[in-house]
Parts: sequence; C-alpha cells; structure tokens
Amino acid sequence: MDFGTLLQILDSTVRLGVPLLLACLAGLYSERAGVFDIGLEGKMLMAAMLSGAAAFVTGSVWLGCLAGIGGSLVLAAIHGAAAITFRGNQLISGVAINFLASGLTVLMAQSWFGQGGRTPALDGGARFQALTLPLADTLRPVPVLGPVYADLISGHTALVYLAFAAVPVTWWVLYRTRFGLRLRAVGENPGAVDTAGISVTRLRYTAVAITGLLSGLAGAYMATALQAGFGKEMTAGRGYIALAALIFAKWRPWGALWACLLFGFFQAIALRPDVVEAIVRVKVPVPALDALPYVLTVFILAGFIGKAIPPRAGGEPYVKER
Amino acid sequence: MQRLPVWADVVLVPILSLLAAFLISALVILGIGGNPVEALQVMVTGALGSAYGWGYTLYYATNFMFTGLAVAVAFRASLFNIGGEGQAMLGGLGVALVCLAVDWPHWALALPAAMLGGAVFGAAWAAIPAWLQAKRGSHIVITTIMFNFIAASVLVYLLVNVLRPPGSMDPATARFPEGAGLPTLHDIPGLGGIFDRNTPANITLFLALACVGLVWLLLFRSRLGYEIRAFGKSEPAAVYAGISPVRITMIAMLISGGLSGLMAVNNVMGEAERLVLNSVEGAGFIGIAVALMGRNHPVGVMFAALLFGFLYQGGAELGLWTTIPLELRTVVQALVILFTGALDTMMRMGVERVFALFARRAA
Repeated sequence: MDFGTLLQILDSTVRLGVPLLLACLAGLYSERAGVFDIGLEGKMLMAAMLSGAAAFVTGSVWLGCLAGIGGSLVLAAIHGAAAITFRGNQLISGVAINFLASGLTVLMAQSWFGQGGRTPALDGGARFQALTLPLADTLRPVPVLGPVYADLISGHTALVYLAFAAVPVTWWVLYRTRFGLRLRAVGENPGAVDTAGISVTRLRYTAVAITGLLSGLAGAYMATALQAGFGKEMTAGRGYIALAALIFAKWRPWGALWACLLFGFFQAIALRPDVVEAIVRVKVPVPALDALPYVLTVFILAGFIGKAIPPRAGGEPYVKER
Repeated sequence: MQRLPVWADVVLVPILSLLAAFLISALVILGIGGNPVEALQVMVTGALGSAYGWGYTLYYATNFMFTGLAVAVAFRASLFNIGGEGQAMLGGLGVALVCLAVDWPHWALALPAAMLGGAVFGAAWAAIPAWLQAKRGSHIVITTIMFNFIAASVLVYLLVNVLRPPGSMDPATARFPEGAGLPTLHDIPGLGGIFDRNTPANITLFLALACVGLVWLLLFRSRLGYEIRAFGKSEPAAVYAGISPVRITMIAMLISGGLSGLMAVNNVMGEAERLVLNSVEGAGFIGIAVALMGRNHPVGVMFAALLFGFLYQGGAELGLWTTIPLELRTVVQALVILFTGALDTMMRMGVERVFALFARRAA
C-alpha cells in the first residue's frame, strides 16, 4: 500500500468517523446522566431527513441543519418524557423512537417530494462545502507532512471540525464545570444530587436535550455533508455503532474520539477490500469487515479487553422520596 | 392511591394505549394528506375482506406469534431480548440446512427435522448473549443488538459465498426439494373453501397456536415457569429461594431464541421454500410490540399477533392502493411500542385518576 492510498483511507476514516463521533458524544451526555439512549439511530435519521428537506427548500445548509436539530430535539423530548417524567422503560422508549423515525421519515419525505421516500439531491449552498485551511496549497510540496496537512487535515466540512472540537469541549464540560460534576453525579447517585438540593429532573432533561442537539448534528452531517440528500434508512445502523463506540470508550470523551475513529476506519477499509487483501495476504470477505465493530463490542462488553462499567444509575428512573 | 381493578389493568389500559396509538396514526395520515377513514377501509378490506387477505393476515400473524412469544418469555425473566431478528435469521439458516440436506420424501418427515433445525440455530444465537449476561454481566440488550448485525453479516456471507447454487446471481439458497413443501391452509380438507390457493398461510399456524399453549403451560403451570417469573420479579428474592440466576437466564433465553428460530418454519419453509436475504422482514422487532401489547401473556400475545398480522397485511394493501406508503406500518408499530411499553405509566396514572374520581363520588 502506497502513501496515497493510506491518505485516502485515513481521509474516509475521518469522513465516516464524524457522524459516529457526534452520535457517540450525544449518547455520552444522556448516559452519563443516567438515561440510557438506544434511540440515537432514530434521532439521527429524523435529523437527516429534515435537514435534507429544509436545505433543499430554503437552499441554505444552515437552516437545514437547524431543522434537523429541531426534529431530533422533538424525539429527545419524547424520550425524556417517557424516561424521566413517566418513569417508563428507557430501552423500550428508545426502540419505539427508532421505529418511529424509520417510518415517519419515509412518510414525510414521500408526501413532500414524492421521490420514493428520498429528499431531492442537494447542491451548492444547500450542502456543507469543504473548507480549505490556510496555507494548505502552499505547504503541499513539503514531503509527508504537506500532503497530510493538505489532504487529511484540511479540506473537510465545518461539521467535521465542529465534531473534533466537541471532544475537548465535552471533556471540559464534564470534568471542569459545576454542571459536569452534577451531570456525572446524577448518573451515579441521583439520590445524593437530590439531597444537595439540585433538581434531578432538570439535569436529566438538560442532558437529554444536549443528546438531541448532537445527534441532530450527526444526522444533518449524513444528509448535507457526507451525502447530498436524505435516503431511506441512510444512517444504516450508525446509531448503534456509536452506542458500541460509547461502551468501547467506557463513557469518556477522549475514548469516544479514538473509538469512533477506529470504527470509522473499519468502515473505510470495508469500502476497500482490495487494500485489506494486499495487506493481510488473505481474501477477507466484506461482511466480516462490516461485522468487525459489532464483534469487537461484544468482546469488550464481555470484559475480555478491559472492563467497561456503565454509569451506576443508568436505566433506572429516579423516584423522589416523599 | 388505590389499586386498579384487574379488568382495568389487564384490558382497559392496553386498549386505551392502543387507541392512543391509532389516534396519532390517524393524525399522521391526515398530516401527509391522506384520509384516515378511507385508509382504515382499505386496510380492513385488504386484510380481512377476502380469502386472499385472510391468508396473508394469518401468515404474518403466525410469524408474530413466534417472535412475540419469544420476547414475552424473556420479558418474564426481566430480560429484554431485542435479538429476535437475528435469532430468526439464524433459525432460517437452520431450517434451510435441514431442508437441503436430504431429499425429503414427505413433509411430515421434514417438518419435525426443520423445527429442530430452526429452534436449535435460534437458541444457539441467543445462547451467547445469554451466557455473557449471566456470567460476564454484559448487558443483554446491547449484545443482542450487536448479534442482530452480526447475524446479518453472517447471512450475507453464507448466501453469497457458500450456499448460493452455482450459476445463480441471486444471494439465496437453492429451492428446497418438493417433499419439504408444507401444505397451505388451502390444502387442508375442509378449509380449502375458506382460504385462497395463492396465500402463504400454512400449517405452521397450528404449530404457533400449539406454542401459545405450551408457553402458557410452561409459564403458569410448571416449576420452571414459576422460577422464571420469580426471577423476573425480583432477582434477590429468587436467589434467596435457591433459584440460580445463571440457569434461569440461560434457559429463558434459550427458549426465547428457540421460539424466534421456529418462526423460520413459517417464512422460510412454508412460504419462500428457499432462504433469501432479509427473509425475516423485521418480524423479530414486531415481536417486541406484540409482547408489550399482549402484556407478556401467551393468550395476549396471540391476539396481539393477529392484530399485527392485520396491520401488516393491511399496511401492504395501503401501499398498493393509496398514496400512503407502507412504512405507515412501522409508525403504528412504533406508537404501539411507545404507548404500551414506554408510556405505560402515563396511561395507568390517567386511568387511576379517573377511577379515584369515581370512587370519591360513590363514597
């Protein structure tokens, strides 16, 4: 494998890793606050459809992005109501949200555009355009580092840089702010947080709303940056891979970055079976590459590669003592 | 707050949840510019109005009975098995391998063997997540989701690279031998007039009904069923009573996976007569809605499966005859899961308030 191919694969690793990263950080807020969320997939899908539709109608990718976030927030609110206010089963609520999004997106897109459940193809200002970082072209002739800077680091869309920036921001919020301390506490021991006079309900709703915001961005990235428009079931299980990455990362922001890049790398090499074959000298079937993130997650869950311990109060509705 | 009477708890709350789900579905139809009344008419005529419609409704209902019972048994042990989809896929593989292994002379010989194949493969696929939950403490919901994806990859690989007959472009196995074909309901003497020749409903329906009875016996009339339910209600109490969590987790999940796997007798052996990609068509997930709707009781599951059979066939007719896409089925399914599963407390709280109001007035 030559340097050019390696760069290409790393470049698609970044492109494919970003929606996973946004969704994974989304899940991190919710689960750290003690609300399990297996509805990431549904929220992404709804955001992808609404952002594709709104970007097409308005011609502005940012308005599309906002619409996507709005849709994702509505689903997050439903999950919050079921999980926090009505103390329902969080896993069942997540499953319901995934199916709701899967059906509604097609119904809505079909009724608006009549293209078999897709949104029309986007171009120009209705899509996120690649940004060229300063000096990218000037530095390109520099050996090794030049192409790395010009082709791998530069030339992505705004959401990519936003997603990468969200990692240190999340770390800072979680470990260096009062809100973060309370958020982590409410996921471990809500009773203690309540005793300190802080509203468990409000904290958890805030966390679920942040989850909605970030999964909205993940969905908008799918429809307006990675691809040009929404297609039926276009998230293709990415919400679940993000969940897997979250476990792999042991619910930590920096871990989430590496896990999502790793899983993005798996997706990238699954697109290039010829390269895989050249390296391992054995013909690896594409389905095996597709299944790799899931198999790896099972191994991690089983505690064979370091133990992943979820937030202690995760999945448990909090009942205030009277 | 006083407790609800049994009838309100078992009948009223689920029916109200269902009505809420249907009401919102009607709003969704209005929202996309359709006519809910007309849609309901199309669904009823399409699913119940003809021998053809009935045949499909019962065929789908058979699938959902298996997957619904599978989810219900696991739920009773407080295990949420989302892996019905993958277990049914693997069950299909088991059934296909059995049907292709021998040139079966008669279906009566092939059926028990295929049942065994489907159940064993389905149970095996559930066994790994069950073992990981019981022994290593990994969350069964996440592992069963992962196993759905892994199952899909395994099937793609096997159908494209191993089981595809030479010269065929289709990712599917060869056709099963004639002798492995199950009689449809039309072929049964006495029922031939009621059911259309071209519908896939077959004798697996009776197998599903037998499973409803057997699961009822298991859950409510056997020591094992008692242990499963006790474990599901309270793990510490069950442990104190000498019930082994590892044993119950394994057994409940094996039964659950086996039931999901048995579904393949209906769709793979009874209908397609070969194994194709995506043969399960989401029935494993619909099992979740069916179990929740049926309140994890075998009889409830049976009725809920019939209802979803109606929704599924009716939804397909909607896709054919109206502008409403058949994905409406997914929306209704989601709403039923949401209201009967996640928002159950909300419905219950509402009903309790109304009852308390009446009680005060009567006093």
